[in-house]
Amino acid sequence: MSTTLPPESRMANDIARAFRHLPREQAIEAVAGHIGRFWDPRMRSRLTRFVDEGAEGIAPEVVAAVRLLMPRRESGTG
Amino acid sequence: MSLLKEPDFGTPERPGEATVSVEVDGLAVTVPQGTSVLRAAALAGVDVPKLCATDSLEAFGSCRLCVVEIDGRKGTPASCTTPVAEGMRVRTQTPRVAKLRQGVMELYLSDHPLDCLTCPANGDCELQDMAGVVGLRQVRYGYEGENHLAAEKDVSNPYFDFDPSKCIVCSRCVRACGEVQGTFALTIEGRGFDSKVSPGAGELFQDSECVSCGACVQACPTATLQERSVVDLGMPTRSVVTTCAYCGVGCSFKAELRGDELVRMVPYKDGGANEGHSCVKGRFAFGYATHPDRVMKPMVREKTTDPWREVEWDEAIATVATKLRDIQQRYGPGSIGAISSSRCTNEEVYVLQKMVRAAFGNNNVDTCARVCHSPTGYGLKQTFGESAGTQDFRSVARADVIMVIGANPTDAHPVFASRMKRRLREGADLIVIDPRRIDLVRSPHIEAAHHLQLKPSTNVAVINALAHVVVTEGLADNSFVAARCEGFEEWAEFVARPENSPEATEPITGVPAGELRAAARLYAQAPNGAIYYGLGVTEHSQGSTMVMGMANLAMACGNVGREGVGVNPLRGQNNVQGSCDMGSFPHEFTGYRHVADDTVRTVFENLWGRELLPKPGLRIPNMFDAAIDGDFRGLFVQGEDIAQSDPNLNHVTAALSSMELVVVQDLFLNETAKFAHVLLPGASFLEKDGTFTNAERRVNRVRAVMPPKTGKHEWQIICDLATAMGYPMAYDHPRQIMDEIAQVTPTFQGVSYELLDKLGSVQWPCNADAPEGTPTMHVDDFTRGKGRFVVTNYVPTDERTTSRFPLVLTTGRILSQYNVGAQTRRTGNVAWHAEDVLEVHPHDAEVRGIGDGDTVRLASRVGETTLRACVSDRMPPGVVYTTFHHPVTGANVVTTEISDWATNCPEYKVTAVQVALVHPLEAAATGAAEDDRLAVRD
Ligand code: SF4
Ligand code: SF4
Ligand code: SF4
Ligand code: FES
Repeated sequence: MSTTLPPESRMANDIARAFRHLPREQAIEAVAGHIGRFWDPRMRSRLTRFVDEGAEGIAPEVVAAVRLLMPRRESGTG
Repeated sequence: MSLLKEPDFGTPERPGEATVSVEVDGLAVTVPQGTSVLRAAALAGVDVPKLCATDSLEAFGSCRLCVVEIDGRKGTPASCTTPVAEGMRVRTQTPRVAKLRQGVMELYLSDHPLDCLTCPANGDCELQDMAGVVGLRQVRYGYEGENHLAAEKDVSNPYFDFDPSKCIVCSRCVRACGEVQGTFALTIEGRGFDSKVSPGAGELFQDSECVSCGACVQACPTATLQERSVVDLGMPTRSVVTTCAYCGVGCSFKAELRGDELVRMVPYKDGGANEGHSCVKGRFAFGYATHPDRVMKPMVREKTTDPWREVEWDEAIATVATKLRDIQQRYGPGSIGAISSSRCTNEEVYVLQKMVRAAFGNNNVDTCARVCHSPTGYGLKQTFGESAGTQDFRSVARADVIMVIGANPTDAHPVFASRMKRRLREGADLIVIDPRRIDLVRSPHIEAAHHLQLKPSTNVAVINALAHVVVTEGLADNSFVAARCEGFEEWAEFVARPENSPEATEPITGVPAGELRAAARLYAQAPNGAIYYGLGVTEHSQGSTMVMGMANLAMACGNVGREGVGVNPLRGQNNVQGSCDMGSFPHEFTGYRHVADDTVRTVFENLWGRELLPKPGLRIPNMFDAAIDGDFRGLFVQGEDIAQSDPNLNHVTAALSSMELVVVQDLFLNETAKFAHVLLPGASFLEKDGTFTNAERRVNRVRAVMPPKTGKHEWQIICDLATAMGYPMAYDHPRQIMDEIAQVTPTFQGVSYELLDKLGSVQWPCNADAPEGTPTMHVDDFTRGKGRFVVTNYVPTDERTTSRFPLVLTTGRILSQYNVGAQTRRTGNVAWHAEDVLEVHPHDAEVRGIGDGDTVRLASRVGETTLRACVSDRMPPGVVYTTFHHPVTGANVVTTEISDWATNCPEYKVTAVQVALVHPLEAAATGAAEDDRLAVRD
């Protein structure tokens, strides 16, 4: 159950679910955009770490969004 | 300033275009059609004696003191009930009317104790005034006849006395309770000489339906209904106009003082939000400001297990500054942050976020609005382009259908509720969407056309189903949508899908499809349909989605951009709107502009002389998570009791315990202070100069009626701390802070104390385009240009009932207590709500063997607490309800970490729980332990 996940993974999954109705590419963009706009960089890096460490319990759209954020990790609003 | 007495024109204003010209005692005056002769006279500057008339109430015509003569008409009509007619010539002072008036007064006084000199209302009694005005010199009838002088006093209400021996049966109180407050608690019992005012059926005030709003006390022309504080302290001698510090209605008050002592709070007639009305909290519950529990001196301690040590301000501030810098040195600049309070003024919040961004050098600032209305900010910004409600309160008077979603205005926003109820009595239709049968569903003279009693957490499914009906039944306002919105087709296609139909969603929401369809038609077809909503919308895992869903529905029906419509958040605390406006969110500067926006950031960087971070900081729940992870070590909490108000308390307290420095700025040693190392005493609103912004974006002045009892203004504390940290911040007066806010915030560009003093209040945006503010938003265009439809997919919450936790707990608040109760629990309001109780449906109670008043254990997967049960069918079976006003219950021990996907606003409204009867012996033991805890705390 998601509540045993680390907070960043849980919150990212929640965001992914809110955009579930969009076509996959758009959904990934939207998740990345939301995280970029509203998350403190250290939460982003923790999420990235969880993804790098095997992405346990993390929704596929989130994994893709994290990859999308990587090159622009330092670039601001997303 | 001397005592402020607003003029009383005798009868209410009759707004309208058409006018009538008349002559009163030779003075010409032109007034709107329908105006009473009494009011016309007052407008001409002629005071006609009156007793049963006052301009907050419709005329009644019972005292006959206001009689006049009108040329060409027979007799002596009562001027309060006679409307003006073109060319009318009125004479208010003739021997005939003078005699009649004297006769009336003589009769009144023959049954009135003539103890004027010792009467508490001496100097503020209209009967006394009128005796003088009509020139009464003698009373020919003695007291030998039948009279009411021995009638017993009712002192059951904690704040006012009812002394029927002084009653003149003018019925002003009865009408105030009905017309102004809408409670209808009072009646005139009996007839003729026997008639008397009675709460309920001959009950005491405290046992009746009375909600202690005080409207009757204010309306009473004599000392019959009198504030106890006036009885005890005497008549006030001066007034200061200020703003209530309790809820988001933002009522204006005259704080009436005698010397430096506050005697009473009288709602201010010119107050834009309240127009002379108030509720029990604002009018009466101000005693906490002088409560002995208040902390008056700064205090420090090394460890939270050490006793507190009182210190001087300099030492306290130096301690905080040194420790914060030290933490930053060891753990990095992002290891500290602050939480601003929606209770504080705009100016205090502004300097706090400035301190964080410029002196702390990070964006770790968040506000307690995170836990209540952050989804409002997100949702309305996404759809309309501005993070605020669309209307002023007055607008409700033009609504034809009012939809109240997840809000309980009669308890949480009472003065707005009174306005709304007035409109409903006039015939507007009401739709209530709420799991609980709130009072509004059925109350005197009001009955909701539809109560959609949904299962908690299914808001989005309901709003989508409403939209489904609008779109598929061709009820959308196509021309509005075409001219003003974008994204409609995609959204319409989405809501029209069969899975969003009322029939398909009924099993999920529990709302009968037929009822939902009827409600949708009613709202869509109304000339003006208005949506009002509260925390029952926002405090969900889909809070932001629901806000967008309501905005979608309003746009689809063309219900935005004029009076009588709109999407309106009912904000919890007094300055929720303001604290959000002032840049309290970690990703936004003032006026909701993202920190990554280079142009905006440059404005602040230039003015503040510091480079600012372009990346968002931590939100409150993220701060707690980071604290537990070990990289967030120091927190400054401005007037907010996170250890009582925030969800999943065990997690919160673990986070607080793991920090090296917790600084609390508050009036009292609150629950959070248990985890604090430094306590900086705050000032009550009576000691503050500044502004609050209410739920209608109205910026109201708060004026100090006394200097801060702690020796320092709260904004000064922040400035001193920033300065001690090496970032000099100094202002002479909060007006300079507002000037700075105006300089950097386009929506506040025109706001200044001068303007506020001139206009009384102003609704932002206030700038060159709207120099006197903006009562209604999005009139021609939406702030973002086109209104944007957003697809709102229903996602069930992760919080599901299980066999272990089969019930759903939802939380709320009640009228007499305010939030965590730190203030109201320290006033006479405890007379109404001595403890939090758990409302349980009779069916759920029966299967658990629970009776009314039994002690029960309430447990969720994260914690448990005990409280008393109240068996009630206001909730549907399967749902239990409680409030969180008392720390002993710690209702938030059981609420979970689940939060809104977009803003992390916690899901207070849905927790899977189990309820079990506590054995009486065990309950007694727990009760004793709680008493001990209370004794220690208080
Ligand atoms: S205090 Fe308010 S509710 Fe109570 S009787 Fe007076 S007007 Fe009515
Ligand atoms: S209590 Fe006051 S307002 Fe009410 S009828 Fe008596 S005198 Fe009038
Ligand atoms: S309605 Fe709100 S603002 Fe008005 S008096 Fe009551 S608590 Fe204060
Ligand atoms: S004031 Fe007009 S009848 Fe009383």
